[in-house]
Amino acid sequence: MARESAAATVIEGATGPWEMVIGLEVHAQVVSVSKLFSGAPTVFGAEPNTQVSLIDAGFPGMLPVINEVCIAQAVRTGLGLQAQINLHSVFDRKNYFYADLPQGYQISQYLQPIVGMGSMIIDLADGTSRTVGITRLHLEQDAGKSLHDQHPSLSYIDLNRAGIALMEIVSEPDMRSAEEAGAYVKKLRTILRYLGTCDGNMEEGSMRADVNVSVRRPGEPYGTRCEIKNVNSVRYVMQAIEVEARRQIDILEAGGKIAQETRLFDPGRGETRSMRSKEEAHDYRYFPDPDLLPLILDPAFVEALKADLPELPDAKKARFVADYGLSPYDAGVLVADRASADFYEAVAKGRDARLAANWVTGDFFASLNSQGWTIETSPITADHLRELIDLITDGTLSGRLAKEVFEVMVETHQAPGQIVEERGLRQVTDTGAIEAAITAVMGANADKVAQYRSGKDKLFGFFVGQVMKQTEGKANPAAVNELLLTMLKG
Amino acid sequence: MSVDRNTVARIARLARIEVPEGELEHIAGELNGILAWIEQLQAVDTTGVEPMTSAVASSLPLRADLVSDGGILDNLMANAPDPHDGFFTVPKVVE
Repeated sequence: MARESAAATVIEGATGPWEMVIGLEVHAQVVSVSKLFSGAPTVFGAEPNTQVSLIDAGFPGMLPVINEVCIAQAVRTGLGLQAQINLHSVFDRKNYFYADLPQGYQISQYLQPIVGMGSMIIDLADGTSRTVGITRLHLEQDAGKSLHDQHPSLSYIDLNRAGIALMEIVSEPDMRSAEEAGAYVKKLRTILRYLGTCDGNMEEGSMRADVNVSVRRPGEPYGTRCEIKNVNSVRYVMQAIEVEARRQIDILEAGGKIAQETRLFDPGRGETRSMRSKEEAHDYRYFPDPDLLPLILDPAFVEALKADLPELPDAKKARFVADYGLSPYDAGVLVADRASADFYEAVAKGRDARLAANWVTGDFFASLNSQGWTIETSPITADHLRELIDLITDGTLSGRLAKEVFEVMVETHQAPGQIVEERGLRQVTDTGAIEAAITAVMGANADKVAQYRSGKDKLFGFFVGQVMKQTEGKANPAAVNELLLTMLKG
Repeated sequence: MSVDRNTVARIARLARIEVPEGELEHIAGELNGILAWIEQLQAVDTTGVEPMTSAVASSLPLRADLVSDGGILDNLMANAPDPHDGFFTVPKVVE
């Protein structure tokens, strides 16, 4: 699979070029305190079956009552995806039998979802952007969890997750490479986190993707697609697409046909495998749930949610570029995560905005990586960075000394001002002290001074280095340059 | 619209209802009777009539997002065959 880069939009097969067509269905767990149709809690990681009501367990005679916050969360997500909000939507039963689905059906939305067509802009590594269509978003119940490895002849069932609200967000088949699909999942996760409608935690299963992949000759109609179920990281989404597209191309080039089917991605083996042989498993016999009336939204309710939306990443990025003069790339890095964006704005307030961006995206993010910190847990605060920037701006620290101070901050978690005081890292701007250092250096290198004066300009760098060494790196570089030029002339 | 014995067998399998081979013909006949009756209803011109979703005029009741349930493990398991460590158990199902 090393033959193509992840960004390649055309794959060279043995018989000519192929193009991938990718659509994604993302299941995003709604942030709510209680479940979609019951008052049981949604907290992750509780003891098995302790967050289950008789409704979630499918006991006879129990009736679902919908959670108003889950409705609001779905609408807010729809608004964040520039999508049409359907004021009239319907809950249906999707019928199938599985041990972790005690009702024998999942309450979902089929023909009339709460959110219709929308769109999302994805940003690619080469600096370009693309728009991906959103087909729909609907609300549905999650199923429980089966554990197959606890007992030789039994499967264990935990229904804590059963009945938690999910948003299924379906994209148009608008993506043409694994990179675009990866960018889509990341951007969707960013938007959901900004909105606070899903925590986007793929490790805990709060966000899972079903990936639809087909291949075709460029310009031809869509080929037959396969659906890869339940992929739980951005990296696996991208890997699964590469592997599946290659599998399909190999079949087609050998003269075979693609069977439309559901497959599973096995990251260990780097392959996809057919998952369901029984085609009738797909016959879900949807019908409107007789326990639930249609969901009618008041336009004023939607308007109020709209008025209350936070600034979303695209708007924030545009503002960072316009107001702070940042490059689109730096702005994109900062807004990818709301905490980063907020942190940056706290640092940049009243300071040189580009200098602030350099420090936040450069040394600060590097320290988070190297130390395993997050913005929330980092002992280096926005106040510390502001103080550091002030020390640079007022001339106390040169860029080089500032980096040294920052390294100490990472180690000792102290405020920069304190480090400067304790370690005497203050930059020397005192002309007399620098002149003295230059005189000493010139005295010790009389031969080089003569060479310089006879035209060997390149030696200037040598003198700068020696003077910095003489002053233990504390001399103001601009002052050193200026004084050296004058004094070397003689 | 009508169903044949194969369709009946398929629907029964999907619904996990065991229908003996000898019953299929009979049930197909009964279902076709119901379908014929529905076709008769569909002959009524309902142009401009809103679909009725409930016999009483009411809207979907909403619930506040509060925890009011759960923590009833013993009740849940009271009739469950062979629970283990707080889990329901079923004969092993592996795809």
